[in-house]
Amino acid sequence: MALQDLCNFQDFFQDSLTKQSFSGTFGKSTACNYVSSSSFRNSTSLFRFYIPVAEYLDESPIQFGQISTVQSSSAFSSQDSILSSSSLPTSLPFASSQSVPLPFPMSHGTTTLAFMFQGGVLAAADTRSSCSGLVACPASQKILPIHSHLVGTTSGTSADCALWKRILARELRLYQLRNGRRLSTRGAAKLLSHMLHPFKGTELCVAATLCGWDGGEVDDGCHAGTETDLRASFSGPGLFYVCSDGTRLQGTLFSVGSGSPYAYSILDQGVRWGLTVDEATSIAREAVYRATHRDAYSGNCVDIYHITSNGWTRRSREDLKEEYYREKERKEKANIGEYFGET
Amino acid sequence: MLSAQAFGDPGKMKDYHYTGPVEHKFSPYAFNGGTVLAVAGEDFAIVASDTRLSEGYSIHSRDSPKCYKLTDTTVIGCSGFHGDCLTLTKIIDARLKMYKHSNNKMMTSGAIAAMLSTILYGRRFFPYYVYNIIGGLDEEGKGAVYSFDPVGSYQRDTFKAGGSASAMLQPLLDNQIGFKNMEGVQHVPLSQDKAVQLVKDVFISAAERDVYTGDALRVCIITKEGITEQTVPLRKD
Repeated sequence: MALQDLCNFQDFFQDSLTKQSFSGTFGKSTACNYVSSSSFRNSTSLFRFYIPVAEYLDESPIQFGQISTVQSSSAFSSQDSILSSSSLPTSLPFASSQSVPLPFPMSHGTTTLAFMFQGGVLAAADTRSSCSGLVACPASQKILPIHSHLVGTTSGTSADCALWKRILARELRLYQLRNGRRLSTRGAAKLLSHMLHPFKGTELCVAATLCGWDGGEVDDGCHAGTETDLRASFSGPGLFYVCSDGTRLQGTLFSVGSGSPYAYSILDQGVRWGLTVDEATSIAREAVYRATHRDAYSGNCVDIYHITSNGWTRRSREDLKEEYYREKERKEKANIGEYFGET
Repeated sequence: MLSAQAFGDPGKMKDYHYTGPVEHKFSPYAFNGGTVLAVAGEDFAIVASDTRLSEGYSIHSRDSPKCYKLTDTTVIGCSGFHGDCLTLTKIIDARLKMYKHSNNKMMTSGAIAAMLSTILYGRRFFPYYVYNIIGGLDEEGKGAVYSFDPVGSYQRDTFKAGGSASAMLQPLLDNQIGFKNMEGVQHVPLSQDKAVQLVKDVFISAAERDVYTGDALRVCIITKEGITEQTVPLRKD
């Protein structure tokens, strides 16, 4: 179809060997074609996910006369999985590290943090999205819920983080449908890390912390010790840091972004396992507040998410501008007190 | 990450004196200027753009509006590199048609926004150099504005300016529509007439200070009755 050729949107249901039920209609495609995109790999394992192959990186985007209007470099598993099976002839040897210099800057710069304590996991982030000196968005969302018991903080390029979180959410949902239980936070971290691995060395920049509560089914409850299944299932909070350069770490305290040094200083001072929820919230808020004060690329408001065995709850977004004025008043009062000899 | 300094400011000519030997490479991008603005109201949305198409020191056209009608309830404004704007709107139109034929209904504004995000990200390593803003009505009939960056990151806003004069217009909109940085002001919801007047004033200001904005202003007002267009002249110098 001419339309499809223009968009490189191929009806590769005809190519898929399995999943016959999804063939033919586009109508189901928007909801279900991720399944056939995973069957594209033609493997028989139950749990398969689409790893975008880095073939497009071998193709030069600048080849006179050989470029079609829509690049076949769109070899990603995006929501509608446009993969061209008829790739351009690449006669020129091409270094995959070379890419087109961009005329515009990407969004960057942030402060995000997450830590574990007796009441679950707390994640906090600022809301400023900057673009080399200009604040592109003062009210962006840097903590994205992935499912009811998993939340991810995002740092790096906002587009990369948003899209990869979306892809991760899709894969986790597929896992849940196929296996009857949610994937653990550790598993989700590994999955994300492996999905990002083919893009190592490219400009993709994702530095996320995944904060979740493992526990699977509702009746799994709080019996972390008793195993009703043969599968040993860990139940409880999980916190992992995943980076697009390949780092994947487990921990109890992470802070990511340009403002993280400032946040770390507050967190290292105050975070203990035995904190109450209110204390933990105020430490997280204070850490983001101090970081936004000193780091130019962080600012505006603070978002706080709290993850427990019941899922995540979001504290309403707070504008830190008010806090600056309150702090200024407190300092003035303290100064006046000293001046008049009070302690 | 890639530093923006390495590529210079988009659209601005380099220093007009000899700074040393410079390597000239072919760049697949050009900057054609233009500003786009969208405002969402209670039951209306406005998408406005200037109509100047420039490149470097030249003006290619004084009548090249940057708003494109997608459906009866959605208009997209694209500014940046005109070649990519044209291709992107063609692709969006084609995808809209395909959706209509396979799902037997028109795409909603939110769906178009989500689709555009994935289209843009599909070109993550050779992006469309286009700053998009979608304005329209959502399923409940309320105004919706979705703003994008060139690689597909998007979110829903109440108002947004994009393009060459965006850095000048956005703070003004923050103040006038968002009532930011003002004390003791009553937050009155924006009426359609006030919004249209504000958009016209804002573009007149932008044409004064930004060389790539001017000639004429095209305003598209989206209500449940349909889309009406107005054209207002701006500075031509």
